Amino acid sequence: MRVSLTTNERQVAIGLSFALALMGLIMAAAARHGPMSVHGIMAMALGLGLVFRLGGVLYEDPPASPDRDGHYDDGPTRAGITMALIWGLIGMGVGVWVAALLYWPEATPPWAATSFGRLRPVHTTGVIFGFGGNALIATSFYVLQRTSRTRLADALSPWVVLIGFNLFCAWAVTGYLMGETQSKEYAEAEWYADLWLVLVWIVYFVLYIRTLARRAEPHIYVANWYYMAFILVVAMLHIVNNLALPVSLLGAKSFTIWSGVQDAMIQWWYGHNAVAFFLTSGFLGMLYYFLPVRSGRPIWSYRLSILSFWGITFFYIWVGSHHLHYTALPYWVQTLGMTFSVMLLVPSWASAGNALATLNGAWHKVRDDATLRFMFVAAVFYGLSTFEGSFLAIRPVNSLSHYTDWTIGHVHSGTLGWVAMIIFGAIYSLVPLLYGRETMAWPRAVEWHFWLAVSGTLIYVVSMWNAGITQGLMWRTYNPDGALAYSFLDSVRAMAPFYLLRTIGGALFLTGVVICTLNCRATMRSAGQRQDARDRPLAPQPAE
Amino acid sequence: MPLRLHYNLEKVSMGLVGAIIVAASIGGIVEIAPLFTIDETVAIPADLRPLTPLELAGREIYMREGCYACHSQMIRSLADEIDRYGPYSLAGESAYDHPMLWGSKRTGPDLARVGGKYTDVWQVDHLTEPRSVVPASIMPRYPWLTAPLDTSNLSAELATLAKLGVPYDADKIAHAEADALAQSRPDSDGAADVQKRYGAGVAVRAFDGDPAELTEMDALVAYLQSLGTQTAAAKALMAGAGP
Ligand code: HEC
Ligand code: HEM
Ligand code: HEM
Repeated sequence: MRVSLTTNERQVAIGLSFALALMGLIMAAAARHGPMSVHGIMAMALGLGLVFRLGGVLYEDPPASPDRDGHYDDGPTRAGITMALIWGLIGMGVGVWVAALLYWPEATPPWAATSFGRLRPVHTTGVIFGFGGNALIATSFYVLQRTSRTRLADALSPWVVLIGFNLFCAWAVTGYLMGETQSKEYAEAEWYADLWLVLVWIVYFVLYIRTLARRAEPHIYVANWYYMAFILVVAMLHIVNNLALPVSLLGAKSFTIWSGVQDAMIQWWYGHNAVAFFLTSGFLGMLYYFLPVRSGRPIWSYRLSILSFWGITFFYIWVGSHHLHYTALPYWVQTLGMTFSVMLLVPSWASAGNALATLNGAWHKVRDDATLRFMFVAAVFYGLSTFEGSFLAIRPVNSLSHYTDWTIGHVHSGTLGWVAMIIFGAIYSLVPLLYGRETMAWPRAVEWHFWLAVSGTLIYVVSMWNAGITQGLMWRTYNPDGALAYSFLDSVRAMAPFYLLRTIGGALFLTGVVICTLNCRATMRSAGQRQDARDRPLAPQPAE
Repeated sequence: MPLRLHYNLEKVSMGLVGAIIVAASIGGIVEIAPLFTIDETVAIPADLRPLTPLELAGREIYMREGCYACHSQMIRSLADEIDRYGPYSLAGESAYDHPMLWGSKRTGPDLARVGGKYTDVWQVDHLTEPRSVVPASIMPRYPWLTAPLDTSNLSAELATLAKLGVPYDADKIAHAEADALAQSRPDSDGAADVQKRYGAGVAVRAFDGDPAELTEMDALVAYLQSLGTQTAAAKALMAGAGP
């Protein structure tokens, strides 16, 4: 591990790890059995592991060199990228498996933990939080330092954020396997895990603000606004949606304090803004940094970036109710949600357009450089999926699409086409820089990955569009005599070819991720000494 | 001019933080706050009963197994949904649901009114091996539901829900465990008490066919059979609306 901590920091770190182990012990002892005790043991093992790891090097390894403060602190970014890749493999591996189960349900093994309903949230949490979240945290540290020309405010808190966040993900995912869930989509983790995430998030926010306060640039760069909106609003959503009353402090079970229609509205206020501030805002931050850097072109329009930032931050919050068209939610709330969803297209396309216009004059690079092409495709899919989203939010369209696989198609055109592609673009830009190399270890493999990812996404999305529209039409078709034309089962049968195609598309995409991971590993193992000449120089640091 | 303002805002990190919080709060406040004050949002039907302890346990198994990932419980006010699934869902019907289980995906059919649609035997067979009764089904099988049901937490759960406003009184809370057992044993002494506490409409049967042992299957089937039967409000509304 290339952690460079001073002896003092190592001592504090040991103290924190010990506290974590103690907390785990208390949890395990208090709960005695069930998921909460397993989670206590996990925390304890992690804490003790860290104590030993740090204790082993406490006085042995040379303390951090005195010129440490003359370099950016990239250790947490390296670790975060590794975690993102590991979670990507887990999350998407499970994604392909659950996709296969829908085609081939007999394959479900007779163990509860491997049942579709328990694995599906493992997929969503694994990819959104594990893969997406780690990528966001890792790149946010990198971008924050470069655009502020300063080191992170201290050396420990980035590790607290990273390790704490991954413990949350691990708790969440193992909890579902054991049957522990709040059942709220994208917020399934139980109350103590939610509290833990709040703690981690506070550390993250404070670190961000403290680092910004040390910046050597007068202005806060656009990418940081987006990362900041991501941190702030996710905290707000997470806290409100997860307010719950535990049945006992000694067990995992809790009841959300919200009920019925209010719960539905709060859940989708959360749900759609998880899309907005987790899957969009933070990744736009990534785009606004890595796209200009990689293409060597400044962002096309500063005005447009302001407009789209505030448009997205303000409009998105209103749109959650488009998940509840024609339901028991009051009509006026649905209408507001629909209206703002349509208006949201303006700032969304402003962002996408700004990104594409930035590439003007660099198209030859897009042609030659698969890494930049990942970012280009991401911007295109961002434009496509937001257009589709605004369209789906229109009430009559939603009457057809809601509950069908069309939603799943929309989701994955956003997550595979936009989120995952921009992550790959950022990873391929960063990994060589972080490991002192000119290029990735296998530059040709990036090209392979690109085509696997694009074809996988297209197969996935097109098959789900077909599936969804077929389903929606079958459900609402009447015979001339006024009876429904198809039984539900007819629609289930009609899905089989689409589900098979989707599984194939997903498998192609996953193959790309495997290649990416191996490529990154090879690059990390052959790290060089090269200092990146393009890396922005650190501003002279004030003595601490 | 606004550009100038923004130019300056970019220099003040806490200013940006404040502006983001304000911009991102307005929509939620406007849309969500009124839902708690407007009475007609949730007119709780007078005859709405809370779930019995056994049904509640079943609901938790429903959540645990992720049935909500494939099944909705929210019939929209669209003609084809009403024809396929029954009267559209009212807000009041889920007033006691912490959390709601409206769902967002129909890989399988809506279950909001599935109570009474099938026999207990069909439900048990279907859950144990869906393809034994519906050959083309893609629903997973749930053979492990034969496990005994853990009822030790039920009193505490009812008490927690009572704090959140679900009408479980001290009597219901105190007898939660006994009621769970009795609901699956029609011949036992407690059976009549369950109906006394929760209403005559509550089904008291050996849901999995075996009154000797209380299993997770009992609980889940009891829950499924209760869906859509906790109040007659929706049916009454549709009848009143006329054909
Ligand atoms: C992979 C998705 C999936 C999961 C998970 C799932 N189901 Fe199903 N379910 C289906 C499909 C598809 C059907 C329609 C075919 C059939 O009847 O088996 C169905 C049908 C049903 C029906 C019959 C509904 C009717 O009106 O005919 C019931 C009841 C049901 N499921 C209950 C459950 C319960 C309880 C669980 C959780 C333990 C569950 N399902 C989990 C897919 C699923
Ligand atoms: C290998 C690629 C992937 C495959 C094969 C895959 C497969 C699936 C499947 C089968 C489902 C369940 C659909 C259903 O219930 O009908 C699903 C849901 C979902 N996936 Fe993926 N997925 C992949 C990648 C991703 C990625 C990278 C993300 C996010 C970054 C993602 C986010 C989601 C979300 C949010 C849902 C829930 C959708 C909803 O409830 O409407 N997936 N995926
Ligand atoms: C202008 C922007 C967007 C709008 C207006 C929009 C609108 C919508 C609508 C109307 C639905 C269907 C709701 C339903 O019928 O249940 C939906 C679902 C969804 N969208 Fe979008 N969308 C947008 C962008 C995106 C992007 C960029 C992503 C991903 C990165 C995304 C991810 C999702 C997810 C995960 C769901 C499924 C939620 C669920 O049911 O579990 N959306 N969106």
